[in-house]
Amino acid sequence: MTLAPHPSVHGETLKAKVEQATGVKLNHCYQCGKCAAGCPVARDMDLTSCQILRLIQFSNPEWDRQALQSEAIWLCLACETCSTRCPQEVQVPKVMDFLRTEAVRRDIAHPRSKDILAFHRAFMDSVQQTGRLYEIGLVADYKVRSRHFLKDLLLAPRMLVRGKLPLVPHLIQGRDAIKRIFKRTLGVKP
Amino acid sequence: MKIGYYPGCSLLGSSREFDESVRALSRAIGLELVEVPDWNCCGASSAHVLDHKLSLALPARILAQAEAAGLTEVLAPCAACYNRLTSARTELAQDPAAAAEIAAIIELPVTGRVKVVNVLELLDRFQDEIKARTKAPFRRKVACYYGCLLVRPPKVVAYDRPEDPHSMDRLMALAGAEPIEWNFKTECCGAAFSVTRTDLVARMSGRIVADAARHGAEAIVVACPMCHSNLDLRRPEINAQLDAPSQVPVLFITQALGLALGLDPVALGLQRHMVPALALQPAAVGKD
Repeated sequence: MTLAPHPSVHGETLKAKVEQATGVKLNHCYQCGKCAAGCPVARDMDLTSCQILRLIQFSNPEWDRQALQSEAIWLCLACETCSTRCPQEVQVPKVMDFLRTEAVRRDIAHPRSKDILAFHRAFMDSVQQTGRLYEIGLVADYKVRSRHFLKDLLLAPRMLVRGKLPLVPHLIQGRDAIKRIFKRTLGVKP
Repeated sequence: MKIGYYPGCSLLGSSREFDESVRALSRAIGLELVEVPDWNCCGASSAHVLDHKLSLALPARILAQAEAAGLTEVLAPCAACYNRLTSARTELAQDPAAAAEIAAIIELPVTGRVKVVNVLELLDRFQDEIKARTKAPFRRKVACYYGCLLVRPPKVVAYDRPEDPHSMDRLMALAGAEPIEWNFKTECCGAAFSVTRTDLVARMSGRIVADAARHGAEAIVVACPMCHSNLDLRRPEINAQLDAPSQVPVLFITQALGLALGLDPVALGLQRHMVPALALQPAAVGKD
């Protein structure tokens, strides 16, 4: 009987990819749970941070998929409480960042990631166009992308009367250079 | 003294009172701000969610522009900008291969030599001026709220104590305030979820406001535009789910110190807040 080589041998498993991209050693996590204990959004997550790490420690494709499909990876705010307290110095938010891009790449991201992704894409779209964030543009773009047209209708007037919402975007000189930065990194329009 | 200045996008819009008060306070303590030429967005909390290289390249262009202008230090008052710039600087300095790749992407040489300082770190150097120029001591109980990005990750920002920082408390005490002991100094406000998950922001920021109020705070002092807008602009959503709704105002450290130095509250942008803050202006009683 011959055993199929363990998938990690080829360096193509999720675990290998995470470690290669982030420099994090996943086996350093010994499941003490301190990350989840201090996580300000743990109670809203379907899997805690340490459960996510546990799932991807084994290079089991089904467990990898569970981690990638979780809502939890989208709720991480990168507040860095976990990595600050981790006795093994595992940089959990870096792992979460990678898992999000990988979930999108495999097209298996949790349905509730849609709004969050729409926001980040609208944000970066504004930066790609003008070089800086244009807040009205961001909100308008987000509303179109997310179709939440009625959300925060009262917020804009609140901000306008306080002079917090400039109507005209700031355009930087190096806009072409910024567009090339986006092309060389994201590759496509955000 | 001169220092490079990177205002960042929020300070041109939703947090313009932070920019106004940084500039007003700088003038008062004799600090000249030199804006980084043609600066761009640092990528904030969005670039790193979409692409790691993008999250390095955007701040790297800012650092490169500062280097080209001959600046050796740049003040980034926004805690998020400070964090992104410092993270990029650290990564570029530690990984020459990555630095070369990023330099090619941004079409500018970048070494990561320029030091990035946050507003507390900078004001720390002006303790004597602040003490000497305090005309209207800020005699209030204040909750100094640091949030995440000024103190974490500790190995990257290497600033103050990550769990129980004191730099802001020290500065406020110099200006006559009484910093309180409380539990939420470094808890997350919900940050970039302000628009997409307002429910989470209302709860997370609500816990911060409630704890400050419970410990007798008359003002919450911050040094981050995201913390400010979540605690202030989102106060209606916060109060809707608090048992004891609170009207404790939220001030930028530069506004609070500006008031103590006797600067005009309107020049400091206090009229721009959701939760009324103008009434905090202490009577100018002369130095004591």
